[in-house]
Amino acid sequence: MTYRIGSGSGFSGDRVDAAIPVVRQMIADGGGGALIFETIGERTLALGHLARRSNPRHGYDPLLSELLTPVLADCIRSRIVVVGNFGVANPRAAADRIARLAGELGLDGIQIAVVEGDDIREGLDLSGLERWEGDTELRAGPSDIISANAYIGARHIAEAIQNGAQVVVTGRVADPSLVLGPLVAHFGWDWTDWDRLAAGTLAGHLLECGSQVTGGYFADPGFKDVADLADVGFPIAEVEADGSFTITKPHGTGGVVDLRTVKEQILYEIHDPAAYLTPDVILDMTQVAIAQVGKDRVAVSGARGRPAPDRLKATIGVSGDWLGEAEISYAGPNALARARLAADVVETRLRSQTSRVRRRYDFIGALSVFGGDDASPPGQVLPEGPDIRMRLAVSASDKAEAELALREVGALYCTGPAGGGGIRTRLQSRINTASYLVPRSMVEERHTFWEGEA
Amino acid sequence: MSEMLTVPLHDIAHGRSGDKGNRLNISVIAYRPEAWPILVREVTEARVLAMFAHRSASKVKRYVLENIQALNFVIDDALEGGVNSALNLDTHGKTTAFHLLSMDVTVPAALVGNRNSENATG
Repeated sequence: MTYRIGSGSGFSGDRVDAAIPVVRQMIADGGGGALIFETIGERTLALGHLARRSNPRHGYDPLLSELLTPVLADCIRSRIVVVGNFGVANPRAAADRIARLAGELGLDGIQIAVVEGDDIREGLDLSGLERWEGDTELRAGPSDIISANAYIGARHIAEAIQNGAQVVVTGRVADPSLVLGPLVAHFGWDWTDWDRLAAGTLAGHLLECGSQVTGGYFADPGFKDVADLADVGFPIAEVEADGSFTITKPHGTGGVVDLRTVKEQILYEIHDPAAYLTPDVILDMTQVAIAQVGKDRVAVSGARGRPAPDRLKATIGVSGDWLGEAEISYAGPNALARARLAADVVETRLRSQTSRVRRRYDFIGALSVFGGDDASPPGQVLPEGPDIRMRLAVSASDKAEAELALREVGALYCTGPAGGGGIRTRLQSRINTASYLVPRSMVEERHTFWEGEA
Repeated sequence: MSEMLTVPLHDIAHGRSGDKGNRLNISVIAYRPEAWPILVREVTEARVLAMFAHRSASKVKRYVLENIQALNFVIDDALEGGVNSALNLDTHGKTTAFHLLSMDVTVPAALVGNRNSENATG
């Protein structure tokens, strides 16, 4: 029997009305299934912990109630389990908020489960841990650590659903586990049935970024046109007991599901396609077969699995440097030359002040992102543009030093080249993250049912 | 042998970039089966490394996926610190796939045409 899983959100900050057509379609198809919300990024997780520190009732996704209000009642009434990592840094507070929301919607006594165990900050010592490949080491003592969260797997999501949960709130779980959990709960797959766990993980990987498999992050006019992108429909996976599945989207929505969108998302954020590591399984995508089986319907099969890794990935967040940005526009005849002179003036001033801030200049309108940090000034020939915006970006551990550098752009109004305008400056503190491998024994995964506000 | 043309990779392939820390991955996917051997031949680790040299890329690893006629490039250190510390506006490297797709490739003229008409049913 086919089991449907819809995606209601692909990142923190995604459209809050995206789930509505997904739920409508799932109800039209008979109800049941699961709706997942993926809302955690590495930085949003650390920001969640900062929010929780300042108020113990905060730290979950700030858009939680906007995401759930339009669909929660329909999901509960149509037996669609809601699974979200929108608990972020404070899943219990998120459960409190969902319970209140349910009350406001006239849904009494719904079963809300909280999955925990990912937060491993207490007593954590980085010195004995191996860094995750490709990451640079954090220079941080225990008191500098804002957040430390292990990526936990699907097991307690599945058990919570098997125990009657109608809503499952998690913090940091591996994104595909949000999908694998309901599938294991429904089909009763064994936790050592590696090929099926791999298939469910692949379905999760394809759903976890929401519309990125249905035409979002894809359109390239004249090459890859996408109908009605402004109303792009979020994906639904129709999964069979053997783990094969079809990716589709709600009728009447924009976007497209075809071999191209599915291929792009299969490889999104993938390193070795033969070894995609999650807490649940190692997924091998190299034998995956895809086929267009109807309009906006792509069948996916052939995922292979190997036993799950011994250790879990954990992401540590610490406070980072200050990032300062200042911009000024020059337009019309000789705009690029005036913008470059502005950069030269600023750089000369900073050198004379022996400023130590790390810095970079961009000439937006000629080159905004493809250049290297040292490529733009002053050597490289840039394309002329009628309208150029000079951007200075600086990084410093000392806020005052960053501010001092930004003021040099502010001063260009009167002291810089002719016709400069539209100055904006911005200064923000950054969060640094790095990932490490931790033994599973450090992580006590569990689920509990919400029983009233603490 | 038909006439050969030098075109941007973008004419015969599409792709997507993603990041994990300071490591970037970019997929390069053939629009048509005829383009696949050209991708395998032309879009090499060395050429990709050269394209990202100005971004201080240190290493490129290419994975070949025959099953979906796609290449996956994993590029180290091209993000100049990535979201933690890059000064580039695009800290994630979201735009970088289109830098790779601007690589010149030499292809039979017959291969270059409108992509949209070829994918109605994949």
